[in-house]
Amino acid sequence: MMRDLKRMVRRMKTNRASLRLSMVPYSLWIILFVIAPIGLIVYYSFFDLSGNFTFDNYKNFFTSVYLKLTVSSFWYAFLITFFSLLISYPTAYFLTKLKHKQLWLLLIIIPSWINLLLKTYAFIGLMGLYGPVNALLETVGIGKQQILFTDFSFVFVSVYIFIPFMILPIFNALDKLNPALIDASRDLGANAWTTFRRVIWPLTLNGVKSGVQVVFIPALSLFMITRLIAGNKVITLGTAIEQQFLVTQNWGMGSTIAVFLILFMVVILLLTTANERGMAGSGKKR
Amino acid sequence: MKALVRGAILIAATAAILMIINAQLAKSGAQSGGNTLTVYNWGEYIDPDLIKQFEKETGINVIYETFDSNEGMMGKIEQGGTSYDITVPSEYMVEMMREKDLLIPLDYDKIPNIKNIDPYFRDLPFDPNSTYSIPYFWGTLGIAYNPSLLDGQTFESWDNLWDPSLKQEAVLVDSAREVIGMSLNSLGYSLNSTNVDELREATDKLKTLSPNIKAVIGDEVTQMMMNNEAAVSLIWSGQAADMMSENEDITYVVPEEGSNLWFDNIVIPKTVKNIDGAYEFINFMLRPEVAAQNADYVGYSTPNKEALSLLDPEVVSDERYYPDEEARDHLEVYKDLGLEMLGTYNEFFLEFKMNMK
Repeated sequence: MMRDLKRMVRRMKTNRASLRLSMVPYSLWIILFVIAPIGLIVYYSFFDLSGNFTFDNYKNFFTSVYLKLTVSSFWYAFLITFFSLLISYPTAYFLTKLKHKQLWLLLIIIPSWINLLLKTYAFIGLMGLYGPVNALLETVGIGKQQILFTDFSFVFVSVYIFIPFMILPIFNALDKLNPALIDASRDLGANAWTTFRRVIWPLTLNGVKSGVQVVFIPALSLFMITRLIAGNKVITLGTAIEQQFLVTQNWGMGSTIAVFLILFMVVILLLTTANERGMAGSGKKR
Repeated sequence: MKALVRGAILIAATAAILMIINAQLAKSGAQSGGNTLTVYNWGEYIDPDLIKQFEKETGINVIYETFDSNEGMMGKIEQGGTSYDITVPSEYMVEMMREKDLLIPLDYDKIPNIKNIDPYFRDLPFDPNSTYSIPYFWGTLGIAYNPSLLDGQTFESWDNLWDPSLKQEAVLVDSAREVIGMSLNSLGYSLNSTNVDELREATDKLKTLSPNIKAVIGDEVTQMMMNNEAAVSLIWSGQAADMMSENEDITYVVPEEGSNLWFDNIVIPKTVKNIDGAYEFINFMLRPEVAAQNADYVGYSTPNKEALSLLDPEVVSDERYYPDEEARDHLEVYKDLGLEMLGTYNEFFLEFKMNMK
């Protein structure tokens, strides 16, 4: 009895030591690649072009141009997330009903392995005035349309790119859903809609939340697609950061916009994870 | 635990092998000195046959690397990791690099072929006495358009871009100085204006152009014009030449109010290792027949006056590519306005882009 206890204590001690040891690479990683870069961004945001300490960058952010930019970024990110969700939820739902669901899931994910720039260029060809989409519209009798460089093309291409990231967590959440619960709900007299609203949706909400996070946050800072597909008619915070660093070489202002982008992301993360504690975030796992 | 250790060892071993391979590859990469010369130039900006010819004549092994923006190029030179022997910045970047002390003054005793360069292109404002740079190519900014897609619209003036018949037709380059500068020119102001009131007026005028704008994009515009996707574009002469070589309907004009005259220039950066090789290369590129062959390949205008007689007379007499001195009086070279002003230009440009709908 006593010996068992001693052994247990000893094991716990070595466990704690090895735990601490295994924390080293993790903490190093976090310090070097998460905390230090964010710290640097915050640091740079307090300097002007000639290297003087200043709050001007922050003042500058609250001028009409940047506020408008923020609002429009949020609007487009919202549209992209909304349409991604609208398409992804039913898709994920039907996927879980299929026989070879893992294979189908793989087919949906494969396009996300292809380089983003390549896919974007492909859309320039597809949506051009002499591209296949317009050729089709012409044979149907609708006639040529300017598709590229519109709000539609921007949201469409972005949704296409983000869909796999939205489907994955939702699919996982739906897949883990115990079918007995649905049967029970139906047995107890709930119709399909009520079952969905009261049983399926709440139980897969975590998957939806992670999906929204992985789509909304990157959508806020999309930049390349804004130029190639939207012809700069859509401008996001990401475009502004790129310009400040690469063209204007104003690292201070670029960092300030980045600081606000990080703040917005933190707020979104807090909002979408608020009630998740205690529940196993099923959607988070692959 | 065992599996974890095994996994870690496997990853470490793979990483080590990749590192060794990478190091081997890097050895064959950019490293001048001895008998190699590292040339850092814009993409598609030299006839590759000329590099071969130079290697054969001199026995120097040329490593050719490319960049796509002045700022990116300067960043690499500043950082100094690679020993670039030759690079080709635009005029405002020569000014900036000179101020940052990144250039080496040229020893003209080693460049006898400098005599072939038109005196007009020497001692330009961005490099007094041509201490650091020799023009490589030059050109203008103007309007490329496709008459077959337009109802007889012509572009003698920048104001023609504002014509209501051009709804959703015009494509602009995504660059603040070019777009704001075009508007400044149309109002009769200088391209190098640092007067905020003038910039504000130019931006307000630009905003009224919005209904006519199809897109503001980068190099993709060349492809779009070639494929008849766009009918009008604000573009540099060299890219216009590319468009015209593929699509014969396209033509290029420099509006009468004036425009930008630009230069890309050969310089020797501070990172140089093989300085004799660099001089040999510059001297080689300044030979009339070499400059002519290069201009023929690249499609931009050469500042080499001896080379002009070797080029297609039709091209050389074309006012759009080789405007005479009188026409050049309307053209302005960009000055380096400093980062502060560049920021102001970009802020106005952003405001214009935000208002495009």
